Amino acid sequence: MSEIALPSRERAVARTSSAEATPRFYLTHEHHPESGTLFGFWLYLMSDCLVFACLFAVYAVLGRNYAGGPTGAELFELPLVAVNTSLLLLSSITYGFAMLEMQRDRLRTTLFWLAVTGLLGAGFIGIELHEFANLIHEGAGPQRSAFLSSFFTLVGTHGLHVTFGIVWLVTLMVQSAKHGLIPENRRRLMCLSMFWHFLDVVWVGVFTFVYLMGVLP
Amino acid sequence: MSELTSNLMGRLTWDAIPYNEPILLWTFVAVALGGVGILAAVTYFRAWGVLWRDWITSIDHKKIGIMYIILGLVMLLRGFSDAIMMRAQQVLSFGNSMGFLPPHHYDQVFTAHGVIMIFFVAMPLVTGLMNFVVPLQIGARDVAFPFLNNFSFWMTAFGAGLVMMSLFVGEFARTGWLAYPPLSGILYSPDAGVDYYIWSLQIAGVGTLLSGINLIATIVKMRAPGMTLMKMPVFTWTALCTNVLIVAAFPVLTAVLALLSLDRYAGTDFFTNELGGNAMMYVNLIWIWGHPEVYILILPAFGVFSEVVSTFSGKRLFGYASMVYATIVITILSYLVWLHHFFTMGSGASVNAFFGITTMIISIPTGAKIFNWLFTMYRGRIRFEVPMLWTIGFMITFVIGGMTGVLLAVPPADFVLHNSLFLVAHFHNVIIGGVLFGMFAGINYWFPKAFGYKLDPFWGKCSFWLWVSGFWFAFMPLYVLGLMGVTRRLSHFDDPSLRIWFEIAAFGAGLIFLGIMSLIIQLVVSYRNRASLRDTTGDPWDGRTLEWSTSSPPPAYNFAFTPVVHDNDTWADMKKNGYVRPQRGFIPIHMPKNTGAGFIIAALSALGGFAMIWHMWLVACVALATMLTAVIVHTFNYKRDFHIPAEEVVRVEGIRTRMLASHV
Repeated sequence: MSEIALPSRERAVARTSSAEATPRFYLTHEHHPESGTLFGFWLYLMSDCLVFACLFAVYAVLGRNYAGGPTGAELFELPLVAVNTSLLLLSSITYGFAMLEMQRDRLRTTLFWLAVTGLLGAGFIGIELHEFANLIHEGAGPQRSAFLSSFFTLVGTHGLHVTFGIVWLVTLMVQSAKHGLIPENRRRLMCLSMFWHFLDVVWVGVFTFVYLMGVLP
Repeated sequence: MSELTSNLMGRLTWDAIPYNEPILLWTFVAVALGGVGILAAVTYFRAWGVLWRDWITSIDHKKIGIMYIILGLVMLLRGFSDAIMMRAQQVLSFGNSMGFLPPHHYDQVFTAHGVIMIFFVAMPLVTGLMNFVVPLQIGARDVAFPFLNNFSFWMTAFGAGLVMMSLFVGEFARTGWLAYPPLSGILYSPDAGVDYYIWSLQIAGVGTLLSGINLIATIVKMRAPGMTLMKMPVFTWTALCTNVLIVAAFPVLTAVLALLSLDRYAGTDFFTNELGGNAMMYVNLIWIWGHPEVYILILPAFGVFSEVVSTFSGKRLFGYASMVYATIVITILSYLVWLHHFFTMGSGASVNAFFGITTMIISIPTGAKIFNWLFTMYRGRIRFEVPMLWTIGFMITFVIGGMTGVLLAVPPADFVLHNSLFLVAHFHNVIIGGVLFGMFAGINYWFPKAFGYKLDPFWGKCSFWLWVSGFWFAFMPLYVLGLMGVTRRLSHFDDPSLRIWFEIAAFGAGLIFLGIMSLIIQLVVSYRNRASLRDTTGDPWDGRTLEWSTSSPPPAYNFAFTPVVHDNDTWADMKKNGYVRPQRGFIPIHMPKNTGAGFIIAALSALGGFAMIWHMWLVACVALATMLTAVIVHTFNYKRDFHIPAEEVVRVEGIRTRMLASHV
């Protein structure tokens, strides 16, 4: 009965054991468990997702505590944010192109699409910094009210993630250029891919929840 | 020039060194002399190379597990000295006497006691046991991410180091162990104490989170062939659930402490009284981490008891499946009860009722576990070895703690008992009687596996009886005082009629002190008598799970051949069905290489934390930049593994063959 639950390869070991005198309780060949890196990275992303969940929750609680200061409707420039959102969404697509090229083992085009992704990310960060500078200049900095504290923290944490993503991207480009698309580098590019798309998904939440709903009266 | 100095040294001046406080000064002298003594000994025995190569840079899960447990035991001494000081203060400080601790010092002592006992005693002990035992129980060679494991340990250790540093440089928080704002805000705690709290927990928290991810990936991906989820040993099951809780809870702690530091450093208004801040949001968020945290601690202890009870009763665990489901139910429910820590917030009858009921429901799966252990013992051939004694002591003590917990879960009762000594007695009852007893059971149980010889049973029994009786003397009076309305965290009392209860409690603390001394003596005596206590078989207790199938201590590669699992209690199954230990046909074994990167990165993060605490902005930036560079440089190292040659495996296994043959 216990044999039914065994994975197929192991079942073979167990079955031969009854027929011949091969050992039943251990493998005589080297056992390589499947790499846990992608799964582990998923777990990390989920933990990061919880950090964002907390920041979203904090924004939900404090997002209308203006303390007599400016409101989201007065501050947010939706056209600028729309451009920013398109840059980030586009960068997810170009990262996808990079991964497709990686599957085809084409190093140069992979690097090209990674570079495009990085530039789009940098553009996103540039616009965000511009927006932050404007707000602070107008006297709507993070110290002004609990609403602005939570706004800057949520959006800023996302921006910080994108910045780290860019640093990581550049590192991986150097490593891929140096060692080629070896299995280690493929695995790393896979992880960064998940990270990048994850940030994209979080941004969709930020855009909807903070900006679009923020301008509602 | 002065700007450079302020960027370099921040607000750290000679005033931060408490040389006018005699208690701290003498502690410092003792610690300094002890430290110099240890350094001198390491140099004298030329042990630096061994220490660096075999321990500090080791990515062997067994060594990392042992280092975690050493860290936990060392910090237990610190946390316990805080406890003794509080017990002494509360006995002395009656009427006209103010005791020996001024309030600002007393407040630091109770804060440090809580923080240290939870984060740097209980957590390292639990993580250490899981690290050591889980890969062995599932028949793996190491954890999924061995380098990360080393890094996690050093983050925890350096976090502990920062807390210890606050003793001699500056001061620790005076806020209680969860640092509620607005008290922990910059207005009411402008000094470095809360910053020590924040940065030590952030650094240790990263370590904990990563080790949680690591162990989940290990358990999910690296089990020996045939070990389906429902064939996993119960300790591994509880470890899995605990690590799921870690990954799902610690990010919340990270986030909420980050928000508190923004309030303190950047002038934001999350938890302030002005400009729309909301202090109760902090309390909610920190308990969304805090309540799962207590289950993070207790679940592995439940796992230890399950292993111990079944081994020392010589039986299969009663109700394996129900044990697993009870563990999972507790895991889920632990997220639905956080508000019971502050019923008095006034969220209304419906909300309080919901959280009161979910809290009471947790006692059902927990009760099921207690019955499973009892039924395992029923008609078993019980051996009263030290781990079994701890288990029985746990069952009696923990049930009382659980029942007072259900009492506190009733919101109207909680309005009376909130923040009273009744609460303090309750959580010590479950944490000492549950977690700590579990860890002692686990240490006594797996010590022979880790070091190759058993712990001395006489001193183990002394430690057990002193701890258990000490616990009852120390905390039952606190229940009484709590019911009389005495609140926690007081450094002075007016009513002399209360004094007798504090005297009984102090007597109990004295017994616990003797219990800790017995533990230390036990370790020393066992080391000296290691020849007669030697475990030559690898299976000193007639164990039932895979870790007992390999030698004690296990070789670096754990198992010469990966085991194949057919049944729960794999090793018992193997022994029953004619397992013959393989003696030929060994093949090279693929293993990860040691690295110093984890230690270096963790040390840099501690430097960065220290710089942030003292507002040394320049140092902080340099530390952060160096840390980032170190991480990137580390990723350029692609040669992270090697093969243990087959001849080496033949040699190691040959030693074991001769040892087994000479002692049959």
